[in-house]
Order: sequence, then C-alpha cells, then structure tokens
Amino acid sequence: MHFTESRDIDEAQNCEIAIYDQSTRLISCDLTPVNVPSRSWVQRGMHITHGREGSMELALSRAGLWLVALLIAVAACAAAVDTGFAIHMGIVALACIIGLVVTLRGVDLSKAILAPDQGRYDDDVIRWGVIATVFWGMAGFLAGLYIALELALPALNLGLEWTAFGRLRPLHTSAVIFAFGGNALIATSFYVVQRTCRARLAFPGLARFVFWGYQLFIVLAATGYLLGITQGKEYAEPEWYVDLWLTVVWVAYLAVFVGTIVKRTEPHIYVANWFYLSFIVTVAMLHIVNNLNWPVSFVGSRSYPIFAGVQGALVQWWYGHNAVGFFLTAGFLAMMYYFVPKQAERPVYSYRLSIIHFWALIFLYIWAGPHHLHYTALPDWAQTLGMVFSVMLWMPSWGGMINGLMTLNGAWDKVRTDPIIRMMVMALAFYGMSTFEGPMMSIKSVNSLSHYTDWTIGHVHSGALGWNGMITFAAVYYLVPRLWNRERLYSLRMVNWHFWLATVGIVFYAASMWVAGITQGLMWREYGADGYLVNSFAETVAALKPMFFLRAFGGLLYLAGAVIMTINVWRTILGHMREEAPMRDAAYDPEKDRPILTAPAAA
Amino acid sequence: MSKQRIDDATGVETVGHEWDGIEELNNPLPRWWLWSFYACIAFAIAYCVVYPAWPMIDKATAGTFGWTSRGQLDQEMKAEATRKAGLMAELDEASIGQIAADPRLRRAAIDGGRAAFKVNCIQCHGNGAAGSAGYPNLNDDDWLWGGDVATIHQTLLHGIRQPGDDATRMSQMPAFGRDGILDAAQVQDVVSHVRVISGQEKPSGASQRGAEIFAANCVACHGGSGEGGRAFGAPRLNDAIWLYGGDRKTLTQTVTNARYGVMPAWGARLDPVTVKMLATYVHSLGGGEEAPAPAAPEAAAAPAAAK
Repeated sequence: MHFTESRDIDEAQNCEIAIYDQSTRLISCDLTPVNVPSRSWVQRGMHITHGREGSMELALSRAGLWLVALLIAVAACAAAVDTGFAIHMGIVALACIIGLVVTLRGVDLSKAILAPDQGRYDDDVIRWGVIATVFWGMAGFLAGLYIALELALPALNLGLEWTAFGRLRPLHTSAVIFAFGGNALIATSFYVVQRTCRARLAFPGLARFVFWGYQLFIVLAATGYLLGITQGKEYAEPEWYVDLWLTVVWVAYLAVFVGTIVKRTEPHIYVANWFYLSFIVTVAMLHIVNNLNWPVSFVGSRSYPIFAGVQGALVQWWYGHNAVGFFLTAGFLAMMYYFVPKQAERPVYSYRLSIIHFWALIFLYIWAGPHHLHYTALPDWAQTLGMVFSVMLWMPSWGGMINGLMTLNGAWDKVRTDPIIRMMVMALAFYGMSTFEGPMMSIKSVNSLSHYTDWTIGHVHSGALGWNGMITFAAVYYLVPRLWNRERLYSLRMVNWHFWLATVGIVFYAASMWVAGITQGLMWREYGADGYLVNSFAETVAALKPMFFLRAFGGLLYLAGAVIMTINVWRTILGHMREEAPMRDAAYDPEKDRPILTAPAAA
Repeated sequence: MSKQRIDDATGVETVGHEWDGIEELNNPLPRWWLWSFYACIAFAIAYCVVYPAWPMIDKATAGTFGWTSRGQLDQEMKAEATRKAGLMAELDEASIGQIAADPRLRRAAIDGGRAAFKVNCIQCHGNGAAGSAGYPNLNDDDWLWGGDVATIHQTLLHGIRQPGDDATRMSQMPAFGRDGILDAAQVQDVVSHVRVISGQEKPSGASQRGAEIFAANCVACHGGSGEGGRAFGAPRLNDAIWLYGGDRKTLTQTVTNARYGVMPAWGARLDPVTVKMLATYVHSLGGGEEAPAPAAPEAAAAPAAAK
C-alpha cells in the first residue's frame, strides 16, 4: 500500500476502538473512506501494526459467542419434542463447534476482515460461492434426475420414507433454486456490486457470515426434507426456526450489499445493482410474510401458519410466484446485465429500456401470484387481476431479453466463436420463451387446460434449465479464471460440449413435458357423447410413461453437461490448461480490476 | 467515467456512464415493444371491465355480463343435467332387474357405471377391475357374495363389513392361530390340506391331518370340499383363484390371523342411480350371473353379492 506513511493518530485510535468494541462497529470504520477519503487509508496500515491485541480480544469474544450458541443448541437438542428437531439442533451444535474451532485458530479474523486492502476487491466469499454453486448444482441436478426416474420407475422410491418422491422433490427444488441459484446470486452480486461501484465489499465479516449462514440454512432445509420436516408450502418448505435463521442471514446480506453501494466511487448505480437490490429486498418481504407461523413448541419442528384457507393459499402463491419473479428473474437479470456486456465487450443496448422495463417488471410482477389459483376458491376478481397483471408482464419481461440480445449488436460473430456468449444467448432465448409462455398460461382458458399438468413442469424447467442454469454456467465460466487469476479456463471447448449437452437436454425435457402436459390436460377433460368422463386418472398417468422416460433422458444430458463443467472448473482452479485449438474469450486486465481509491462519490 | 461518445459498431450515442468498462447506448425503446406493451395494458383494462375485477367495500365489481366462475359451472352442470334428465328419471324409476332386462337402459347404465367406476372403484379394484391382493377381480365368475345383478347391487349399497350399516355383508373368520384355536403345527397341516384341494400339492401326511382339522373347523363356511359359501362370503378354496394368495406363507398368515376385508357402503356416498349403474356395469364385466329363480325370495334377501 502506498498511503501508509502519513499517520493521523486520532483517526487510528478511533478506528481501533471500533475494532475492540464489536465487529459490527468495524462497519463504520470501513465506511470512513467515503467520508474522509484522503486520510482513511492510513487506518488500514495502522491495523496491521496495532490491531493484533484487538484481534485477540475480538477472537475471544467471538469464541464466547460460539460457546453460548453451542450451549443453546445442545440444550434445545436435549429438550426437543421430536427427533427431527433434535437432529437439527445437533447439526446446529456441530456448526457451532466448527465455528468455535475456526475462531480459536484465528482463521476467521483474517487480514481481509481486520485490515482490508481497499485497493483490492474482496473476492474470498465469491470464490467460495462459485464452488458452492457448482457443488449444489451437481447435488440438485442429480436429485432431479433421480426423482424423474422415480416417476418413470416407482420402484426407485425404495419403499423408504426418506427416499420417497414426496421428500426428494423439495430436496431437488430447493437445491437447484436456493442452493445452486442462491449461491450463484450471492456470489455474483458480491462480485458485480464491487466492480460496478468500484469499491471493496462493505462489512467483510458480515459477508462471510452471509455465505456460511446461508450454507447452514441449506443444510438444515435439505436434511429437514429427508426427515419429513416441512411446512408443506411449495418453495417455502423449511420450518419456522430455519425460516428465522434465513431471515437473519438475509438481513446481513442486505446490509453488505447496500453498504457496498453506499461506499461506491461511481456516481450512478448500475442497472444490475437495481435488479440485485430489488431481488434482495423483495425476497426478504416475501419470505417473512409467507412464513408468519406459530410453532407448536419452541423446541419442536412443527408450526402452523397464521393465514388459513384461501388466504393462506393466496399468500403462498403471492410468495411462490414472486420467488420466481424476484429470485429467478430479477436476480438473474442482474447477472445478465453485468456478464453479457462484459463477455460481449459491447455497451448495453438501451439505457432507457433498462429503466422502463425494470420499473414495469417490479411493479407488475408482485400482482401476478393469483394466476396459480385459477378456478379455485379464490374470488373471481382476484383471479382476474392475477391474469391481467401476468399478461401485462409479458413486455416488461421481454425488455430484459431485448436488452441482453441486442447488446450483441456489432458483435454477433461472437455467437459463432465464443462458447460463453453462445450460452448467454441461449439463456436469453429460453428466458424469452418462458416469459411468453408464462403470461399465456396465466390466461384462464389456457390455464384450464394446463393447470395441474406436466405442462407447468415443462414451463418451469425451460425457464430454470434454459434461463437460470445457462446464465449461471456462463457467469461461472466468466468468473473462475478471473477469481483464481488464471490465464484462461482449462478448456473452452468443454464449455462448448456443456452448451450442446445442456441445450439438447432442455429440448428433450421441455418438449416431452409439453406433450405430456397437453396429453394429460386433454385426457382429464375428455367426455364421451353420453356425458361421462372417458379416462380414469390412472389411465392418464399410464399414458405419460414414455414422456417420463424422455424427460429423464433430457435430465441425464443436462447433468452430463454439468459434470463437464465441474471438471472444467476444477482443473481451472488447479491451474491446469488443456491443450486445444483456441476459441474466443473476453479480454481481462487484472490491473483494471480494482476499486477506485481516490475519487470520492460525486453523487 | 467516460463521456458521451458515438459507438463505432452501431453508430449510436452512449449515455456517458461507465461501470467497470460497461457503457450503455442511448437507443430508444423499440417501437414494437412499446406498442405491444400498450396493447397488453389495453387488453387488461378491457378485460377488467368485462369480468369481475376490482374489490369494493362489500363485493367486487361484477363486470359487464355478471360472469362468475361458479355461475358458469352451475350453468354447464344444469345444461348437462337437463340433457340427461329423461334418461336419469327412467333409471331412477326402474328397478335394478328392469334395467338389466331393458337393453337401452342397460346400455346407458353400463356407460354411466364405467365412468363412476373410474372415479370411485379403481383405487382398489384396479383400472380394468382385475383386482389385487385382498381386492377381488370383478371380471370373473368367482363371486364371494353372489354375482347376479340384484346381489351385486345389494353389496354395493351396503358395503362389506361397513360399520354402522345394519344390512352390510358381515362375516368374520376366526383367527385360528392367533386366538389359540389351532397350534402352529395344526395351522401348517390345514394349510397343506387347502393346498391339496386347490391342486397345488400332492396329498401327504400333513394334509391328511389337515383334512381332519378342516372338517372340524372350516366346513361350516367353506364347505365340505372347500367349495366356499356365499352366505358368509367365504371364498371357494378348491380352485386356482385366490383373494389374498394361495402360497404357503400367505395361507399361513390367513389361517393364523384371519382376514377382514371391507368395502364402503356406496349407498351412503353415491346417488341411487349411480349405484344402480355401477351394479349393472360390474355385472356386465364377464362373470355376471342370471338372477336366481324368483320363487325363492328368502334366498335373495339373505346376504349374498359382489365378490
């Protein structure tokens, strides 16, 4: 660091007091560069020389906190009224022990927390997040393939409660949405917000807490499903105590993200950050309202929601649809808005479109949930609003696709030469298809055919595999060489293989489920001339069996692509480079990949 | 931060911001996009005028035509009911025997019964009525309680071992092993005998001992040669058709613990016409028997009927 020499004792002391005090106060210290840009850098140097005693005390007080948490977990485990809760508290206790050991060995109070180098980005959490994304992705895809095979070959349920479809299905959905997608969102948001704010991540300790806290949430959720602990609400299955934990983690996430935006050196906030912020804020709101439950026992895993009947259903689908809208759409659009122009090395197509489609999307999405409850006990007026807001949502959704695809204007040749760009283009194409299909399926007359059928499953997967998966893979391929400081990926040609396997896999998946869904819908509503139903439910299931096999085959291809990605990422991290004919990749200048230190925020 | 400039590749001006090398072009909103968006909004407004949409203080706006989803369902159900009213009235008035005798009514009842069967019966009896372990096959002529249409109808109306229904088919095989009537060796002997009369084993010492036990304990219901007894719903044992299974293990379990299969009383769940249609349909599946001679009304009143 080149600022170290001019010392200001008062500043330094203030800062140290802050560190001695408690870790949260570090925040104020981290924020000082914005307010006192010219002198604050001194403090970073001071920490290195004066902060050791402080870090010792901090480590001890942190160890104390871990110990208290451990005791509470053990007590809750002992007092538990059901086995599932006892096992969960055991897992929490284990996490506390790991935290305690790590704290006592001094690993978690690294220089990155106590004396962050404001001249460099904080990429530790992002590196872990990328690995977690790949790991949970593999777990989620594998679970998906297995349950797809269970549907085709029910013997695979194995006659065990833990491996029954009903328990493995939420394991699959949560693993891909929250573990794979969530880790991708957290990692990329931390990456993008630093780069586009040209500022180091705020609250480094809290950022690490967000990552590990989120992994604990995933483990508790996943083990809970296998043990049969569930609220029975789609995408909101974890029980009350896991929900509370996620709330804590999510608020910390918001603090880190907003803190970094606050300390930005760029005058404006980039569009990707608007999307990330809307995703974080809205998911917090959705999560809290849909999980307003009262536990049967404070040492038990069972709880009951405060909303009953059709109100409960509406709250659930208000949540469920906006989990798609703000988690899988807004959050991933944020990824798109950074990684597509970076990889294409082209300006974003239209600033105006980004503003209009952002606000239109945010405003309209939140009303669309009732379309999940067409022709139910939900009042007709609410169904109407759910439908028309979904229809109006079509163009705002497409705004993101247009802005992404048209960003390639002047660089369309890269679709031919750059496999990562190819993935992004395919992601945007699937995004466009599913955001057309969604409004169409929300129209009541279409919905009366498609509802409760596998068409819905096909729709979800064309979005999830095509859009969320592909854009995440592209972001991972973009990030890995940069985060581990490698010249390039182990193999760009393997990216190409991944692209084709995934694309063909999605085609098998989506096409088979469209056919299955429409078959199912038509069979259910088939009446004979005598006015009686023609098919029994079991007959409609039997008719779908070939489609179930085709779907599983598509899933197998998609998983095979992900295996190739895992190898590719792994070898890149190890520093290997496959000898192969070169393909195009975006240029990278590590010297430019740094926060701006001098220029204070003009805005 | 860069200034506004003209992008070479497209000739469009940038807006002048720059983040980590990312710039933004100052392209206008694509017209087709904007007009499609307006069209969607216009459609939404129009739809909200025509259909119930806006919640007011005590109820929502009704829409131009006062459409409701419940109203539409009601209308469709009524239209269908009106269409079928004549036929339904005929089926309602006709006795189960009259329906069986009238080809037109019988045809209509079989069609209706097939649909009702798919909704109510296939969960146990299977999609093709072929049954499964514990649930009889309805396609054959091996009836537990009797297979003429009136008997099937009676079984359907009151169910089998349906608690709370006085006319239900009722019988209870003793749990010979569990209740200590026979010891384990005796159970095996009687199982051997049953497997001999059903042609699965050659006679042996055990089966000869079993024959004596059978004669002392089983013939009252299952008959001297194991031909079964419909008065008690006692299955025929000297054929190859099994309700729970004819292998040694399953038979041992059956003799030891007995069985107590139940079927709901459908008379309490479905309307009378549907039950008649179901009876006619089941009777038509292949094993339906002629009605017994009308000279013996006591026999018809005695418990008999579906398998």
